[in-house]
Amino acid sequence: MTDVDRHILNRLQDGLPIVERPFAVAAEELDISEATLLERLEALKESGVLSRFGPMYHAERLGGGLTLAAMAIPEERFDAIVEQVNAFAEVAHNYRREHRLNMWFVLATETPERIEETIAAIEAATGYPVYNMPKQEEFHVRLHLPV
Amino acid sequence: MSDSICRSEASLTAPIDDIDRAIILATQAGLPLVSDPWAAVGEQVDLSGEEVRRRMALMQEHGVIRRIAAVPNHYRLGYVANGMTVWDVSDEEIDRLGREVARHPGVSHCYRRPRHLPDWPYNLFAMLHGRSRVEVERQAEEIAETLGNACRDHRILYSTRILKKTGLRLAKKTTSRT
Repeated sequence: MTDVDRHILNRLQDGLPIVERPFAVAAEELDISEATLLERLEALKESGVLSRFGPMYHAERLGGGLTLAAMAIPEERFDAIVEQVNAFAEVAHNYRREHRLNMWFVLATETPERIEETIAAIEAATGYPVYNMPKQEEFHVRLHLPV
Repeated sequence: MSDSICRSEASLTAPIDDIDRAIILATQAGLPLVSDPWAAVGEQVDLSGEEVRRRMALMQEHGVIRRIAAVPNHYRLGYVANGMTVWDVSDEEIDRLGREVARHPGVSHCYRRPRHLPDWPYNLFAMLHGRSRVEVERQAEEIAETLGNACRDHRILYSTRILKKTGLRLAKKTTSRT
């Protein structure tokens, strides 16, 4: 990664303005040409340094349901249960973590009511309880990784 | 755009219509990397570039779009230690302290969530990202100082494996909401 790439990543984690020719505006701030900026972004995406570039939508404001849920799965059953849980389309992310509660996943549903139904379905399918941990207050959502 | 800090959001559903929904479907995987991205999106959804831009600006104003941004892969940038820190904070002080914790550098997400006693006493969650576990632990130490006596206990749960990561996706069915 070059210095220009670093500047681009640092600047564009903060957001692109929604204006005419937005990349030209950002490029000017970065003191590079619009063509260079677009080319570098494409290359960063291609190489996997960028997971994506685009709008970050706010699930609940779209009318959907969103929650974080956890399960405690015995080691010998873990892989089989992962498969069952991941089979639910509503499971958006799922991480293994170091704790007795060793499986942590985000559920995203079309409506808020579907969250409870999905949790009940996962419990029925796996035979293990699901700990529902919906957010009660959001203090901060802002991923910025300086490079 | 400013950070969303300390807003109760349970009842905040923004007014989006089927046209907004079409724009969301066309852009949720990413914005076209071209000089006029609004026109490029417009071609997909049969709108003028100007209308796409106007609607997306409005969605950002309503908080439906947090921002349009580069989302780096943590690991590829060297952020290999990703710890979910969880804290048992006194209910009386969590609103004030949650806001303070959110200001610490390294915190990407910070939420209040329900306890599940006796198994799970933690009610404040802060995601930390570092280039090593030592760095994450140092950040956690600073948060512990901020919380002081209001915090009874905390843990750092590192992720050891990504089991699934498809991201949030709107289904391709249209429903009108008002």
